[in-house]
Amino acid sequence: MSDLHTSSTSLAMPGKRFVIGVPFGWLTVFFLLPFLILLYISFVDMGGDIHPFKPLWDSQTGVLHLKYENYWTIFKTDWDGALFQTLYIEAYLRSVVYAFVTALLCLLVGYPFAYFIARSPASVRPALLMLVMLPFWTSFLLRVYAWKGILADQGVLNQLLMALGVTSEPIQMLYTNVSMLVGMTYVYLPFMVLPLYANLVKMDFRLLEAAYDLGTTPFKAFWLITVPLSKAGIIAGFMLVFIPSVGEFVIPSLLGGPENIMIGRVVWDEMFTANNWPRASALAVVMIGLIVVPLALYYHYTGEQDEKR
Amino acid sequence: MKSWLEKHFGKAWMALVYLFLYLPLFFMMVFSFNSTRQDANFTGFSLRWYEALTKDTKLVEGFFLSLKVATVTGVLSAVLGTFAAFVLVRYRRFTGRTLFSGMVNAPLVMPEVVIGLSLLLLMVGAQNAFGWPERGLLTIVLGHTLLGMAYGMVVIQSRLMEMDRSIEEAAMDLGARPMQVFFLITLPNIFQAILAAFLLSFTLSFDDVVISEFLSGPGVNTLPQVIFGYARRGINPTIYAAATLLIVTVTVVIVSYSVWVARQTRRREREVAAAARAEVMAVAP
Repeated sequence: MSDLHTSSTSLAMPGKRFVIGVPFGWLTVFFLLPFLILLYISFVDMGGDIHPFKPLWDSQTGVLHLKYENYWTIFKTDWDGALFQTLYIEAYLRSVVYAFVTALLCLLVGYPFAYFIARSPASVRPALLMLVMLPFWTSFLLRVYAWKGILADQGVLNQLLMALGVTSEPIQMLYTNVSMLVGMTYVYLPFMVLPLYANLVKMDFRLLEAAYDLGTTPFKAFWLITVPLSKAGIIAGFMLVFIPSVGEFVIPSLLGGPENIMIGRVVWDEMFTANNWPRASALAVVMIGLIVVPLALYYHYTGEQDEKR
Repeated sequence: MKSWLEKHFGKAWMALVYLFLYLPLFFMMVFSFNSTRQDANFTGFSLRWYEALTKDTKLVEGFFLSLKVATVTGVLSAVLGTFAAFVLVRYRRFTGRTLFSGMVNAPLVMPEVVIGLSLLLLMVGAQNAFGWPERGLLTIVLGHTLLGMAYGMVVIQSRLMEMDRSIEEAAMDLGARPMQVFFLITLPNIFQAILAAFLLSFTLSFDDVVISEFLSGPGVNTLPQVIFGYARRGINPTIYAAATLLIVTVTVVIVSYSVWVARQTRRREREVAAAARAEVMAVAP
């Protein structure tokens, strides 16, 4: 009934075309069109000095220059006498692995945290959540920058460790995997905590009490009851951390070491340093693939869950 | 019943994570008042970095550019986000709906590098074809709005979905035209969400490095771009001073927004209660 009503009122609305047309037009011009251009350039030849790329269709000779080379070079492993050139594949793999480790660290830190917020008295929960969100609203760039000062060789943390006698010489933390993972975990932690909290707060904790009454240990009850019930929250949080981490550009540039080139950086260098637009485009298209595959799996999984319900 | 472990371990874990979350903020606030460039020792209180901040023309210019970009982005994102949310919630069936919802949501998961690169290619193409637009404020705003619109849409969509449509229907039954219904009924009802969408996209824009780096022209640098440039070179306490000012501003804005929302909610509850009382009085005098 309500559906019928909705459709009849929307038909009566003279502005329907306008309301749909405005955002549709905007997205077509500023999302779809740029993406098609990206796809197009990824299939053409690199141009000379003035034109960054050659046209796909040469109007004078009538030759079609459809090039797969840009993609082929990404996956090709060359033997150049000394090394296998696998720069691109390595950068992709590194990005995926670091994104995965970041998501895992966020889960380890964030799960107990979200759990304890969810089990706090209802009156303090809004304030506790607000405290999680507040740093999120202050500049992400500045917070990452602060870690540079904290983790530096002469930084606060090293000074503290030396004062405590843990170490006599500064430990190099900045520009290593450690500093990069600290930065990534720090930035993306709220993305893990919020969906987990939303899930855990709805859980019926009497289930745990029932399990205790029946003689289960708290640890076993946690693994057998709490974790399976919060599976949806875990997966959602994991995706929310993993996806932006794969393409992360700023944190590796500021906190990562020179040997840890991520794929975002590679695209950037290919575009602005090497000026190879077609290859940069091809790398970007493959990067979208890296995001789409886990996302498709996620939707497939959640879709199945919805069907079961 | 909470176990002993949960009680104490829980408190300790929460304290540690909050410390982790706030450590960088406190660190910058403290060391912005340091009298030397030192990063680990507080050598004395001074305002010299704040003074240096006002004299740093790059940072100041970047700040005003970012303010402009973020304001325009916020307004555009709130408006377009409202449109997009309306389309998704109210128009269940139209040609291209799947494409539309895909396009609205995609920027949420697209790496910023990809968004920046593809928009840059569009802008270069447009410039070759029409000699317009020059890379600068306009192109940065376009890039940021693509992202801001998606986030704004999510916020407004959830509010629009839980809104009670019967009041709109009542207004229509009483002869209000669609435009009147929208501006007098729907808009006031979702205004909180629109404001939240504005704040969110303003913040995203004010903070963005990657898209700006792709889309800004020579000599046009937003505040994050300037900071990013400084940050790659080393420690600069002037940035801490800028950060401290930002942290204070954001805290004030967010706290006042929350207080405002809480007050609005309470007022509405009072009005609903008063209306219910009046109804009872009318039925049983």
